[in-house]
Amino acid sequence: MAAVHLPPTLPPLFPGLPRQLEVEATSVDDAIERLNENWPGLRDRLCEPGPVLRPHINVFVDRERAALDTAIGAGSRVDVIAAISGG
Amino acid sequence: MARVIVLAGTRKGCFLLESDVDRREWSVRGPFCEGWPVYHAVHDAETDTIYAAAASEWHGAGVWRSADRGETWELSSEGLTYGADGLKLSKISGLNAAHGRVLAGAEGVGLFESRDGARTWTLMTTLDGQPGRGDWNDPSKQPPGHLGLPGLLAHPDDPDRFWAVVQGYGIFETTDDGASWAPRNRGLRAEWPLDDPEVGYCVHKLVMAPDKTRLYQQNHCGVHRSDDAGQSWTEITEGLPSDFGFAAVAHPHDRDSFYVIPLDAGHGRTMPDGRAAVWRTRDAGASWQRLDRGLPERDAYIGVLREGLATDGLDVPGMYFGTSTGQVFASADEGDSWTEIAGYLPGVASIEVAVVD
Repeated sequence: MAAVHLPPTLPPLFPGLPRQLEVEATSVDDAIERLNENWPGLRDRLCEPGPVLRPHINVFVDRERAALDTAIGAGSRVDVIAAISGG
Repeated sequence: MARVIVLAGTRKGCFLLESDVDRREWSVRGPFCEGWPVYHAVHDAETDTIYAAAASEWHGAGVWRSADRGETWELSSEGLTYGADGLKLSKISGLNAAHGRVLAGAEGVGLFESRDGARTWTLMTTLDGQPGRGDWNDPSKQPPGHLGLPGLLAHPDDPDRFWAVVQGYGIFETTDDGASWAPRNRGLRAEWPLDDPEVGYCVHKLVMAPDKTRLYQQNHCGVHRSDDAGQSWTEITEGLPSDFGFAAVAHPHDRDSFYVIPLDAGHGRTMPDGRAAVWRTRDAGASWQRLDRGLPERDAYIGVLREGLATDGLDVPGMYFGTSTGQVFASADEGDSWTEIAGYLPGVASIEVAVVD
Protein backbone atom coordinates (compact mmCIF):
# COMPACT_ATOMS: atom_id res chain seq x y z
CA MET A 1 0.00 0.00 0.00
CA ALA A 2 1.25 3.47 -0.89
CA ALA A 3 0.48 6.52 1.17
CA VAL A 4 -1.05 9.17 -1.10
CA HIS A 5 -1.10 12.80 0.03
CA LEU A 6 -3.43 15.11 -1.92
CA PRO A 7 -3.53 18.90 -2.26
CA PRO A 8 -6.15 20.80 -0.24
CA THR A 9 -7.90 21.92 -3.41
CA LEU A 10 -9.12 18.40 -4.23
CA PRO A 11 -11.25 17.19 -1.28
CA PRO A 12 -13.83 20.00 -1.64
CA LEU A 13 -14.57 18.68 -5.13
CA PHE A 14 -15.23 15.09 -4.08
CA PRO A 15 -17.37 14.35 -1.02
CA GLY A 16 -15.60 11.96 1.35
CA LEU A 17 -12.18 12.30 -0.26
CA PRO A 18 -9.53 12.65 2.50
CA ARG A 19 -6.25 14.53 2.19
CA GLN A 20 -4.30 11.35 2.91
CA LEU A 21 -5.17 7.75 2.11
CA GLU A 22 -3.67 4.34 1.42
CA VAL A 23 -3.85 3.02 -2.15
CA GLU A 24 -2.86 -0.34 -3.63
CA ALA A 25 -1.16 0.61 -6.90
CA THR A 26 1.89 -0.13 -9.02
CA SER A 27 2.33 3.26 -10.69
CA VAL A 28 1.18 6.85 -10.36
CA ASP A 29 -1.30 6.29 -13.18
CA ASP A 30 -2.59 3.20 -11.40
CA ALA A 31 -2.97 5.11 -8.14
CA ILE A 32 -4.97 7.83 -9.87
CA GLU A 33 -7.17 5.18 -11.47
CA ARG A 34 -7.88 3.61 -8.06
CA LEU A 35 -8.87 7.03 -6.73
CA ASN A 36 -10.98 7.72 -9.80
CA GLU A 37 -12.91 4.49 -9.22
CA ASN A 38 -14.04 5.76 -5.84
CA TRP A 39 -14.36 9.42 -6.76
CA PRO A 40 -15.37 9.58 -10.44
CA GLY A 41 -13.94 12.58 -12.22
CA LEU A 42 -10.85 12.87 -10.04
CA ARG A 43 -8.60 11.79 -12.92
CA ASP A 44 -9.71 14.80 -14.95
CA ARG A 45 -8.67 17.12 -12.17
CA LEU A 46 -5.10 15.78 -12.20
CA CYS A 47 -4.58 14.72 -15.82
CA GLU A 48 -5.27 16.09 -19.27
CA PRO A 49 -5.57 14.24 -22.56
CA GLY A 50 -2.53 12.13 -23.38
CA PRO A 51 -2.88 11.28 -20.63
CA VAL A 52 -0.29 13.43 -18.89
CA LEU A 53 -0.31 15.25 -15.59
CA ARG A 54 -1.79 18.73 -15.78
CA PRO A 55 0.87 21.47 -16.13
CA HIS A 56 0.41 22.79 -12.61
CA ILE A 57 0.07 19.42 -10.90
CA ASN A 58 3.28 17.89 -9.60
CA VAL A 59 3.69 14.36 -8.27
CA PHE A 60 6.56 13.12 -6.18
CA VAL A 61 7.16 9.45 -5.33
CA ASP A 62 9.40 9.02 -2.32
CA ARG A 63 10.45 12.67 -2.76
CA GLU A 64 11.50 12.19 -6.41
CA ARG A 65 9.70 14.02 -9.21
CA ALA A 66 7.38 11.55 -10.92
CA ALA A 67 5.28 11.09 -14.05
CA LEU A 68 2.25 8.92 -14.67
CA ASP A 69 4.40 5.90 -15.49
CA THR A 70 6.58 6.17 -12.39
CA ALA A 71 6.47 2.95 -10.38
CA ILE A 72 5.16 2.88 -6.86
CA GLY A 73 6.53 0.39 -4.37
CA ALA A 74 4.89 -1.05 -1.30
CA GLY A 75 5.23 1.56 1.39
CA SER A 76 5.92 4.41 -1.05
CA ARG A 77 4.84 7.92 -0.25
CA VAL A 78 3.11 9.72 -3.13
CA ASP A 79 2.75 13.49 -2.83
CA VAL A 80 0.38 15.25 -5.24
CA ILE A 81 1.12 18.96 -5.09
CA ALA A 82 -0.62 21.84 -6.81
CA ALA A 83 1.85 24.45 -8.05
CA ILE A 84 2.50 27.49 -5.92
CA SER A 85 0.73 29.96 -8.16
CA GLY A 86 -2.22 32.29 -8.33
CA GLY A 87 -3.14 35.55 -6.70
CA MET B 1 -43.35 35.42 -3.72
CA ALA B 2 -41.13 35.86 -6.74
CA ARG B 3 -37.48 36.62 -6.17
CA VAL B 4 -34.76 38.02 -8.38
CA ILE B 5 -31.37 36.30 -8.32
CA VAL B 6 -28.41 37.96 -9.99
CA LEU B 7 -25.72 35.43 -10.89
CA ALA B 8 -22.26 36.98 -10.82
CA GLY B 9 -19.43 34.94 -12.28
CA THR B 10 -16.16 36.31 -10.91
CA ARG B 11 -12.44 35.66 -10.87
CA LYS B 12 -12.92 33.94 -7.51
CA GLY B 13 -16.10 31.96 -7.81
CA CYS B 14 -19.80 32.50 -8.38
CA PHE B 15 -21.90 34.81 -6.20
CA LEU B 16 -25.68 35.07 -5.96
CA LEU B 17 -27.32 38.42 -5.20
CA GLU B 18 -30.94 38.16 -4.17
CA SER B 19 -33.89 40.47 -3.74
CA ASP B 20 -37.65 40.44 -3.94
CA VAL B 21 -39.14 41.87 -7.11
CA ASP B 22 -39.07 45.40 -5.66
CA ARG B 23 -35.31 45.13 -6.19
CA ARG B 24 -34.42 47.56 -3.38
CA GLU B 25 -32.82 45.34 -0.72
CA TRP B 26 -30.15 42.88 -1.79
CA SER B 27 -28.25 40.11 -0.04
CA VAL B 28 -25.10 38.40 -1.27
CA ARG B 29 -24.27 34.70 -1.03
CA GLY B 30 -20.99 33.08 -2.05
CA PRO B 31 -18.36 32.53 -3.13
CA PHE B 32 -19.41 29.26 -4.71
CA CYS B 33 -17.56 26.87 -7.02
CA GLU B 34 -14.62 26.65 -4.61
CA GLY B 35 -13.38 30.02 -5.74
CA TRP B 36 -12.59 28.80 -9.25
CA PRO B 37 -12.55 31.55 -11.87
CA VAL B 38 -16.07 31.56 -13.34
CA TYR B 39 -16.37 32.87 -16.88
CA HIS B 40 -20.11 32.56 -17.31
CA ALA B 41 -22.87 31.53 -14.93
CA VAL B 42 -26.38 31.01 -16.28
CA HIS B 43 -29.78 29.93 -14.96
CA ASP B 44 -31.92 27.40 -16.79
CA ALA B 45 -35.50 28.46 -16.13
CA GLU B 46 -36.87 25.13 -17.37
CA THR B 47 -35.14 23.17 -14.63
CA ASP B 48 -34.33 25.94 -12.12
CA THR B 49 -30.68 24.92 -12.30
CA ILE B 50 -27.60 27.14 -12.24
CA TYR B 51 -24.62 26.30 -14.44
CA ALA B 52 -21.23 27.95 -14.07
CA ALA B 53 -18.39 27.56 -16.56
CA ALA B 54 -15.11 27.61 -14.72
CA ALA B 55 -11.44 26.81 -15.18
CA SER B 56 -8.93 26.19 -12.42
CA GLU B 57 -5.27 26.76 -13.18
CA TRP B 58 -4.55 23.54 -11.33
CA HIS B 59 -7.49 21.30 -12.04
CA GLY B 60 -8.67 22.27 -15.52
CA ALA B 61 -11.97 23.34 -17.00
CA GLY B 62 -15.45 22.17 -16.09
CA VAL B 63 -19.02 23.20 -15.52
CA TRP B 64 -20.46 23.49 -12.02
CA ARG B 65 -24.18 22.95 -11.49
CA SER B 66 -26.52 23.68 -8.64
CA ALA B 67 -30.10 22.44 -8.65
CA ASP B 68 -30.95 24.09 -5.32
CA ARG B 69 -30.14 27.73 -6.04
CA GLY B 70 -26.61 27.57 -4.76
CA GLU B 71 -27.00 25.45 -1.64
CA THR B 72 -24.99 22.59 -3.13
CA TRP B 73 -22.79 22.36 -6.20
CA GLU B 74 -21.29 19.59 -8.31
CA LEU B 75 -18.56 19.81 -10.91
CA SER B 76 -18.24 17.76 -14.07
CA SER B 77 -16.03 17.82 -17.12
CA GLU B 78 -16.92 14.37 -18.39
CA GLY B 79 -16.76 14.55 -22.17
CA LEU B 80 -15.39 18.11 -22.24
CA THR B 81 -12.33 17.14 -24.21
CA TYR B 82 -11.03 17.04 -27.75
CA GLY B 83 -9.03 13.91 -26.95
CA ALA B 84 -5.30 13.33 -26.88
CA ASP B 85 -4.81 14.16 -30.55
CA GLY B 86 -7.27 17.03 -30.78
CA LEU B 87 -7.42 20.65 -29.80
CA LYS B 88 -6.44 21.75 -26.34
CA LEU B 89 -9.44 22.72 -24.26
CA SER B 90 -8.30 25.44 -21.88
CA LYS B 91 -11.64 26.78 -20.72
CA ILE B 92 -15.35 26.95 -21.30
CA SER B 93 -16.01 30.49 -22.42
CA GLY B 94 -19.78 30.66 -22.68
CA LEU B 95 -22.91 28.73 -21.75
CA ASN B 96 -26.46 28.67 -22.98
CA ALA B 97 -29.31 26.66 -21.47
CA ALA B 98 -32.44 26.24 -23.59
CA HIS B 99 -34.73 23.61 -25.07
CA GLY B 100 -33.70 20.91 -22.60
CA ARG B 101 -29.99 21.09 -23.13
CA VAL B 102 -26.92 23.08 -22.19
CA LEU B 103 -24.51 24.34 -24.82
CA ALA B 104 -20.92 25.14 -23.94
CA GLY B 105 -18.55 27.12 -26.13
CA ALA B 106 -14.91 26.27 -25.61
CA GLU B 107 -11.40 27.57 -26.13
CA GLY B 108 -9.97 26.15 -28.54
CA VAL B 109 -12.96 26.67 -30.70
CA GLY B 110 -15.61 24.05 -30.28
CA LEU B 111 -19.16 23.56 -29.14
CA PHE B 112 -20.27 20.90 -26.67
CA GLU B 113 -23.77 19.92 -25.64
CA SER B 114 -25.19 18.23 -22.58
CA ARG B 115 -28.65 16.71 -22.40
CA ASP B 116 -28.36 15.50 -18.83
CA GLY B 117 -27.99 18.74 -16.96
CA ALA B 118 -24.24 19.21 -17.48
CA ARG B 119 -23.31 15.84 -16.00
CA THR B 120 -21.86 14.58 -19.29
CA TRP B 121 -20.96 16.35 -22.50
CA THR B 122 -20.65 15.51 -26.18
CA LEU B 123 -18.63 17.44 -28.74
CA MET B 124 -21.10 18.89 -31.23
CA THR B 125 -18.78 20.65 -33.67
CA THR B 126 -15.46 22.36 -34.20
CA LEU B 127 -16.95 24.21 -37.19
CA ASP B 128 -14.76 22.32 -39.62
CA GLY B 129 -14.89 23.66 -43.14
CA GLN B 130 -16.02 27.13 -42.14
CA PRO B 131 -13.99 30.11 -43.40
CA GLY B 132 -11.31 30.94 -40.87
CA ARG B 133 -11.28 27.46 -39.35
CA GLY B 134 -7.69 26.90 -40.41
CA ASP B 135 -6.45 29.91 -38.45
CA TRP B 136 -8.61 30.55 -35.45
CA ASN B 137 -6.96 27.99 -33.18
CA ASP B 138 -3.46 29.13 -34.11
CA PRO B 139 -2.01 31.21 -31.24
CA SER B 140 0.41 32.89 -33.65
CA LYS B 141 -2.59 34.41 -35.46
CA GLN B 142 -4.58 35.37 -32.38
CA PRO B 143 -3.40 37.36 -29.36
CA PRO B 144 -3.19 35.50 -26.04
CA GLY B 145 -6.55 34.99 -24.44
CA HIS B 146 -8.28 35.75 -27.71
CA LEU B 147 -9.26 32.28 -28.76
CA GLY B 148 -12.48 30.45 -28.39
CA LEU B 149 -16.19 30.40 -28.86
CA PRO B 150 -17.60 32.60 -26.11
CA GLY B 151 -20.92 33.69 -27.57
CA LEU B 152 -23.99 31.50 -27.87
CA LEU B 153 -27.47 32.70 -28.73
CA ALA B 154 -30.32 30.21 -28.90
CA HIS B 155 -33.47 30.90 -30.85
CA PRO B 156 -36.26 30.99 -28.27
CA ASP B 157 -38.68 28.88 -30.32
CA ASP B 158 -36.59 26.73 -32.64
CA PRO B 159 -34.24 24.32 -30.84
CA ASP B 160 -32.36 23.56 -34.06
CA ARG B 161 -31.46 27.18 -34.65
CA PHE B 162 -28.74 29.07 -32.82
CA TRP B 163 -25.83 31.40 -33.35
CA ALA B 164 -22.22 30.97 -32.21
CA VAL B 165 -19.57 33.68 -32.07
CA VAL B 166 -15.96 32.74 -32.74
CA GLN B 167 -13.68 35.35 -31.26
CA GLY B 168 -12.08 37.52 -33.90
CA TYR B 169 -13.91 35.76 -36.74
CA GLY B 170 -17.57 36.48 -36.28
CA ILE B 171 -21.01 34.94 -36.13
CA PHE B 172 -21.99 31.54 -37.47
CA GLU B 173 -25.60 30.36 -37.65
CA THR B 174 -27.00 26.87 -37.73
CA THR B 175 -30.62 26.04 -38.52
CA ASP B 176 -30.20 22.26 -38.39
CA ASP B 177 -28.87 21.72 -34.88
CA GLY B 178 -25.24 22.12 -35.78
CA ALA B 179 -25.13 19.89 -38.86
CA SER B 180 -24.32 22.87 -41.09
CA TRP B 181 -23.29 26.46 -40.48
CA ALA B 182 -23.12 29.76 -42.32
CA PRO B 183 -21.28 32.97 -41.47
CA ARG B 184 -23.57 35.94 -40.69
CA ASN B 185 -21.32 38.98 -40.81
CA ARG B 186 -22.35 40.95 -43.90
CA GLY B 187 -22.26 44.67 -43.34
CA LEU B 188 -19.95 44.55 -40.34
CA ARG B 189 -16.85 46.69 -40.18
CA ALA B 190 -13.24 45.66 -39.55
CA GLU B 191 -10.28 47.98 -39.09
CA TRP B 192 -7.81 45.42 -40.36
CA PRO B 193 -7.29 43.55 -43.63
CA LEU B 194 -9.52 40.56 -44.24
CA ASP B 195 -8.53 37.39 -46.05
CA ASP B 196 -12.18 36.52 -46.60
CA PRO B 197 -14.96 39.12 -46.56
CA GLU B 198 -17.29 36.66 -44.83
CA VAL B 199 -15.21 36.42 -41.64
CA GLY B 200 -12.63 38.29 -39.61
CA TYR B 201 -15.02 40.45 -37.56
CA CYS B 202 -14.61 40.89 -33.85
CA VAL B 203 -18.10 40.37 -32.46
CA HIS B 204 -18.06 40.96 -28.72
CA LYS B 205 -21.69 40.37 -27.78
CA LEU B 206 -24.72 39.24 -29.79
CA VAL B 207 -28.27 39.62 -28.46
CA MET B 208 -31.82 39.21 -29.77
CA ALA B 209 -34.72 41.65 -29.55
CA PRO B 210 -38.07 40.37 -28.24
CA ASP B 211 -39.51 40.16 -31.77
CA LYS B 212 -37.13 37.21 -32.27
CA THR B 213 -36.00 38.59 -35.61
CA ARG B 214 -33.96 41.67 -34.83
CA LEU B 215 -30.43 41.17 -33.54
CA TYR B 216 -28.04 43.69 -32.04
CA GLN B 217 -24.34 43.44 -31.39
CA GLN B 218 -21.49 45.26 -29.73
CA ASN B 219 -18.49 44.75 -31.94
CA HIS B 220 -14.84 45.72 -31.51
CA CYS B 221 -15.66 48.13 -34.34
CA GLY B 222 -18.99 49.69 -33.55
CA VAL B 223 -22.52 48.79 -32.58
CA HIS B 224 -24.70 47.13 -35.19
CA ARG B 225 -28.30 46.10 -35.81
CA SER B 226 -29.74 43.39 -38.02
CA ASP B 227 -33.42 43.37 -38.95
CA ASP B 228 -33.20 40.04 -40.74
CA ALA B 229 -31.83 37.74 -38.04
CA GLY B 230 -28.22 38.33 -38.94
CA GLN B 231 -28.39 38.09 -42.73
CA SER B 232 -27.19 41.70 -42.97
CA TRP B 233 -25.98 44.33 -40.52
CA THR B 234 -26.27 48.11 -40.25
CA GLU B 235 -23.99 50.17 -38.05
CA ILE B 236 -25.72 52.27 -35.37
CA THR B 237 -22.70 53.64 -33.52
CA GLU B 238 -23.33 57.35 -34.21
CA GLY B 239 -24.18 59.18 -31.01
CA LEU B 240 -22.13 56.96 -28.71
CA PRO B 241 -18.90 58.22 -27.09
CA SER B 242 -16.89 55.25 -28.35
CA ASP B 243 -17.35 52.55 -30.93
CA PHE B 244 -15.74 50.05 -28.57
CA GLY B 245 -17.26 48.01 -25.77
CA PHE B 246 -17.99 44.47 -24.78
CA ALA B 247 -21.37 44.22 -23.07
CA ALA B 248 -24.82 44.60 -24.60
CA VAL B 249 -28.38 43.69 -23.78
CA ALA B 250 -31.69 44.00 -25.57
CA HIS B 251 -34.78 45.33 -23.84
CA PRO B 252 -36.96 42.32 -23.05
CA HIS B 253 -40.23 43.89 -24.29
CA ASP B 254 -39.37 46.63 -26.79
CA ARG B 255 -37.61 45.69 -30.00
CA ASP B 256 -36.31 49.23 -30.50
CA SER B 257 -34.59 49.50 -27.10
CA PHE B 258 -31.07 48.26 -26.63
CA TYR B 259 -28.24 48.95 -24.16
CA VAL B 260 -24.45 49.08 -24.40
CA ILE B 261 -21.58 50.21 -22.19
CA PRO B 262 -19.04 52.07 -24.35
CA LEU B 263 -15.40 51.81 -23.27
CA ASP B 264 -12.17 53.44 -24.30
CA ALA B 265 -10.73 51.30 -27.07
CA GLY B 266 -7.07 51.46 -26.00
CA HIS B 267 -5.30 49.36 -23.45
CA GLY B 268 -7.42 50.64 -20.60
CA ARG B 269 -10.79 49.56 -21.89
CA THR B 270 -12.58 51.39 -19.11
CA MET B 271 -15.48 53.84 -19.17
CA PRO B 272 -14.54 57.10 -20.95
CA ASP B 273 -13.22 59.94 -18.77
CA GLY B 274 -13.68 57.88 -15.61
CA ARG B 275 -17.42 58.57 -15.69
CA ALA B 276 -19.61 55.49 -15.54
CA ALA B 277 -22.58 55.21 -17.85
CA VAL B 278 -24.83 52.82 -19.66
CA TRP B 279 -26.20 54.01 -23.01
CA ARG B 280 -29.66 53.22 -24.30
CA THR B 281 -31.38 53.64 -27.60
CA ARG B 282 -35.18 53.62 -27.79
CA ASP B 283 -35.31 54.01 -31.55
CA ALA B 284 -33.23 51.06 -32.77
CA GLY B 285 -30.01 53.05 -32.79
CA ALA B 286 -31.11 56.31 -34.43
CA SER B 287 -30.26 58.13 -31.18
CA TRP B 288 -28.65 57.29 -27.85
CA GLN B 289 -29.29 58.37 -24.27
CA ARG B 290 -26.63 58.44 -21.56
CA LEU B 291 -27.84 56.75 -18.36
CA ASP B 292 -25.70 57.66 -15.36
CA ARG B 293 -27.98 58.61 -12.48
CA GLY B 294 -26.57 56.89 -9.40
CA LEU B 295 -23.36 55.79 -11.10
CA PRO B 296 -19.91 57.12 -10.12
CA GLU B 297 -19.14 60.19 -12.20
CA ARG B 298 -15.50 60.77 -11.34
CA ASP B 299 -12.40 58.60 -11.05
CA ALA B 300 -14.39 55.54 -12.06
CA TYR B 301 -12.04 53.68 -14.37
CA ILE B 302 -14.11 50.55 -14.53
CA GLY B 303 -14.59 47.99 -17.25
CA VAL B 304 -17.43 45.64 -18.09
CA LEU B 305 -16.83 42.43 -20.00
CA ARG B 306 -18.93 40.79 -22.71
CA GLU B 307 -21.29 38.94 -20.40
CA GLY B 308 -21.36 41.72 -17.83
CA LEU B 309 -24.75 43.33 -18.63
CA ALA B 310 -28.14 41.65 -18.26
CA THR B 311 -31.85 42.21 -17.67
CA ASP B 312 -34.33 40.45 -15.41
CA GLY B 313 -37.13 40.57 -17.98
CA LEU B 314 -39.77 41.80 -15.51
CA ASP B 315 -42.62 44.03 -16.70
CA VAL B 316 -40.61 47.10 -15.75
CA PRO B 317 -37.31 45.48 -16.54
CA GLY B 318 -34.35 45.70 -14.23
CA MET B 319 -30.88 46.11 -15.67
CA TYR B 320 -27.68 44.91 -14.05
CA PHE B 321 -23.99 45.18 -14.79
CA GLY B 322 -20.88 43.87 -13.08
CA THR B 323 -17.45 45.44 -13.33
CA SER B 324 -13.93 44.19 -13.66
CA THR B 325 -13.28 45.83 -10.28
CA GLY B 326 -15.99 43.91 -8.45
CA GLN B 327 -19.01 46.20 -8.28
CA VAL B 328 -22.49 45.19 -9.32
CA PHE B 329 -24.93 47.98 -10.21
CA ALA B 330 -28.68 47.51 -10.58
CA SER B 331 -31.49 49.56 -12.05
CA ALA B 332 -35.14 48.78 -11.32
CA ASP B 333 -36.39 51.33 -13.85
CA GLU B 334 -35.04 50.25 -17.21
CA GLY B 335 -31.70 51.94 -16.65
CA ASP B 336 -32.95 55.41 -15.70
CA SER B 337 -31.28 55.21 -12.27
CA TRP B 338 -28.75 52.88 -10.69
CA THR B 339 -27.76 51.55 -7.27
CA GLU B 340 -24.62 49.67 -6.27
CA ILE B 341 -25.81 46.32 -4.91
CA ALA B 342 -22.35 44.81 -4.30
CA GLY B 343 -19.14 46.74 -3.95
CA TYR B 344 -16.31 44.39 -3.17
CA LEU B 345 -16.67 41.22 -5.17
CA PRO B 346 -13.76 39.81 -7.16
CA GLY B 347 -13.61 41.05 -10.72
CA VAL B 348 -16.87 40.22 -12.45
CA ALA B 349 -16.82 38.29 -15.73
CA SER B 350 -20.53 37.65 -16.15
CA ILE B 351 -23.95 38.76 -14.97
CA GLU B 352 -27.14 36.83 -15.62
CA VAL B 353 -30.50 37.17 -13.89
CA ALA B 354 -33.08 34.61 -12.81
CA VAL B 355 -36.61 35.37 -11.64
CA VAL B 356 -37.86 32.48 -9.51
CA ASP B 357 -40.91 31.72 -7.39
